[in-house]
Amino acid sequence: MSQDPHGHGHHELTFWERYVFSVDHKVIGLQYLITSFCFLLIGFGLMMLMRWQLAFPGTSVPFFGHLFPQDLAPNGVMTGAFYNSLGAMHGTIMIFLGVVPLGVGAYGNYVLPLQIGAPDMAFPRMNMMSYWLYLPGGIMMLSSFLMPGGAAQSGWTSYPPLSIINPGQTIWLLSMVVLITSSLLGAINFLVTTINMRAPGLTWFRLPLFVWAQFVTAILLLFAFPVLEGGALLQLLDRVIQTSFYLPAGLVISGVQMTRGGGGSVLLYQHLFWFLAHPEVYVLILPAMGVVAEIIANNTRKPVFGYKTVVSSIIFLGVLSFVVWAHHMFLSGMKTSLARIFMTTTMIISIPSVAILSCLVFSLWGSSIRFSVPMMFALAFLPLFGIGGLTGLPLGLLPTDIYLHDTYYVIGHFHYVVVTGTLIALMGGIYHWFPKMFGRRMNDFWGKVHFWGTAITMNGIFFPMFIQGLAGVQRRMYDFNAQAHNIGTTVAPAIGKMSLSELQWFCAVGLLIFQIPFLINIFYSLFKGQKTEENPWHATTLEWDCPSPPPHGNFTHDLNVVRGPYEYSVPGAKTDWSPQSEGAR
Amino acid sequence: MGTYGWSLPVAASTYAGSIDFGIWLIHAAMLGIFALWGAFFVYLLVKYRARPGVPAVREDHEDTPSHISVPDSFSKFPFAQMLYRNKGALKSLVPDMIIMGFEIALIVFYAIPVWSKIKMTVPEGPDVMHVELVAEQFAWNFHYPGPDGKFGKRKAELVHFSNPIGLDRSDPASADDVVMGNELRLPVNRKVVIKMYSKDVIHSFFVPEFRIKQDILPGMEIPLWVEPTKTGKFEIACSQLCGFAHAHMRGDVYVQTQEEFDAWYKSRLATIPAAAPATSNPSEEF
Repeated sequence: MSQDPHGHGHHELTFWERYVFSVDHKVIGLQYLITSFCFLLIGFGLMMLMRWQLAFPGTSVPFFGHLFPQDLAPNGVMTGAFYNSLGAMHGTIMIFLGVVPLGVGAYGNYVLPLQIGAPDMAFPRMNMMSYWLYLPGGIMMLSSFLMPGGAAQSGWTSYPPLSIINPGQTIWLLSMVVLITSSLLGAINFLVTTINMRAPGLTWFRLPLFVWAQFVTAILLLFAFPVLEGGALLQLLDRVIQTSFYLPAGLVISGVQMTRGGGGSVLLYQHLFWFLAHPEVYVLILPAMGVVAEIIANNTRKPVFGYKTVVSSIIFLGVLSFVVWAHHMFLSGMKTSLARIFMTTTMIISIPSVAILSCLVFSLWGSSIRFSVPMMFALAFLPLFGIGGLTGLPLGLLPTDIYLHDTYYVIGHFHYVVVTGTLIALMGGIYHWFPKMFGRRMNDFWGKVHFWGTAITMNGIFFPMFIQGLAGVQRRMYDFNAQAHNIGTTVAPAIGKMSLSELQWFCAVGLLIFQIPFLINIFYSLFKGQKTEENPWHATTLEWDCPSPPPHGNFTHDLNVVRGPYEYSVPGAKTDWSPQSEGAR
Repeated sequence: MGTYGWSLPVAASTYAGSIDFGIWLIHAAMLGIFALWGAFFVYLLVKYRARPGVPAVREDHEDTPSHISVPDSFSKFPFAQMLYRNKGALKSLVPDMIIMGFEIALIVFYAIPVWSKIKMTVPEGPDVMHVELVAEQFAWNFHYPGPDGKFGKRKAELVHFSNPIGLDRSDPASADDVVMGNELRLPVNRKVVIKMYSKDVIHSFFVPEFRIKQDILPGMEIPLWVEPTKTGKFEIACSQLCGFAHAHMRGDVYVQTQEEFDAWYKSRLATIPAAAPATSNPSEEF
């Protein structure tokens, strides 16, 4: 294990080889980390613009208003078309360029090889290629704002025929194809690495839960993404060379008959899209669950409760996630009796999620909880993800979904899952693995400020969405004043003189402000943080068995894995943690 | 216009009550689950906070089920032995079993019957009123058959801003057809079946008071039925993103008594324009 995996250890790497076109999984992981953070901030900025429009409709956007093209935002007041492109791009950027690259690209790349005791990924060059498709794909996606007519404005779902007649969609489709290819390369790499490169003695049931989560995630990506890639290519052909895969006959667009349509099906695209996009939900959530399991085991000083239950639940979730996709389509005009089957599978899939969540909660029983900063994020994940899961219940049941579908209830539900769930967990992951990545600790006080500010403001943005959804406020409305039933819970005064939309706006501003200590903390700790040894958290898994930061090739000694991943507080042991590997140092 | 507060809007159709029942039942259950679970969570956080000299206690039920001694009475039943040895893991699945039982009950006794009634059956019979809806960016066009009860043909090539649905007035069935933009009038306490079509993109017909929502797809005919139970003016909203003016795609439903409705229908019939000459071979219909 200590030998150099590439056989060119004496070759001095240039700056470009070391930091830009690197094949080292750790550098690629950090590249993913930094890039996905930038995209998260951009996606957040788009959301701020939208929230401004929702809170103060018809007023000029402060500071940025005069930067927008006059045809999309005359005098800084955004039009419906501009709002729609902000919405579509916010969703696309957050999912495909922000959260998945952070959870899979950054943590997966950095931590997974370390946790299985591998010197690098199985295909380092393919790994580099994966990043170098992701970055140009992301830049291409952003560049669509500069195109005539603006960026994609048909929602992140891009349903035809709207997506075929709207401007901006071609670049969106092209960059999606690039991004999907990047994800596929990454997924193959994760699978091969996990299957082939585990350290001696590291059997499947000694793998940390984070590795299991990444492994199943990679399987999901590998099987689900090609379907969307095909669907997106067909849509691209419909737009660019005038085919008609998704266009039925007899369309009349703005009073003009569309002669090229015919023979296509609008529903076909929705099936192809959701066949990816439902497993994608588990691609978003599984890595976060893995991170939470690692942090909880480490900070409770005892094994995760029901390791095998959690592993089988993760696998079960992965399998089931392929047979629930049409629950996004209950009201789509799909055969109504088919909906009953998808409702049943949807209810079944809640069982493994509940099992994972209960195991994580039961892990606290009899423990000795260390309220470190990563632990606070991991603990917050449990009830907040719980709200996200529970509010899925009325959406998954057919009769209640008739009313709640396409309302803000849905927006609240999936933001609780992805933001207060996944993002909270992934932020905790930064605090947890920062000492490993840079050999220094982050500041605890500012970490706690960041935690409380973030958790509270996130709830302030998303909780009112449930109230709005129950009142029937629909999603994707750029002006709530346009429809009477939307006004009461959005722009009408609610708390004193403040409307709920204004409350959400102020919470969004607060959320932005509370990220400032986080960013400063990262930069300050990079250079001035307290130095740490290789295992500052007294953790058991293999990534803590190499220097911080790990050198090229990772481990400086041979590994010999002799026990499971979370052997804390073993009776009779010298310390309250027993590392997975025991061997010569 | 109905009043809109911080809760569900007024329930104004026959099936609105059963949807509201589900919404309140599930929310009560959700609150109950969250409260119990949250209390347990907080209890754990307080009780097991790290204190000096109090180490964590492992319970090794899962790693070593083979070490658990099984009572003699189980010795003849290997399956019972396995269950007994894994009783720790099984106990942890109790919350799952409770939630699964609740969900199965909801599916069997609530969701499937109500869904079947609302979405899988279309009422028939002489009392049922029929209306057709042609949605477009960004308007709702309602097509009434007139006294003959027959809908005239609609043709894509006849679409014009003065004839948004492309109604062929040369068709005898269409001579008495009434077309209304963004305005739907319905008699109270009578079932109406609306067949829905779209000219361009996907729209979604949503009337919050009726608790009904259904996507309208171009190239497909999608039926929807409703029986209003309250008179008044309600809002029709488009629920599926349909373009830059999606937020402005709205209409009104006026639910009236049968007499008021008949009087309105008569007044509209009087305004129907004379038949226009037939045009060339129509091909597409929608």
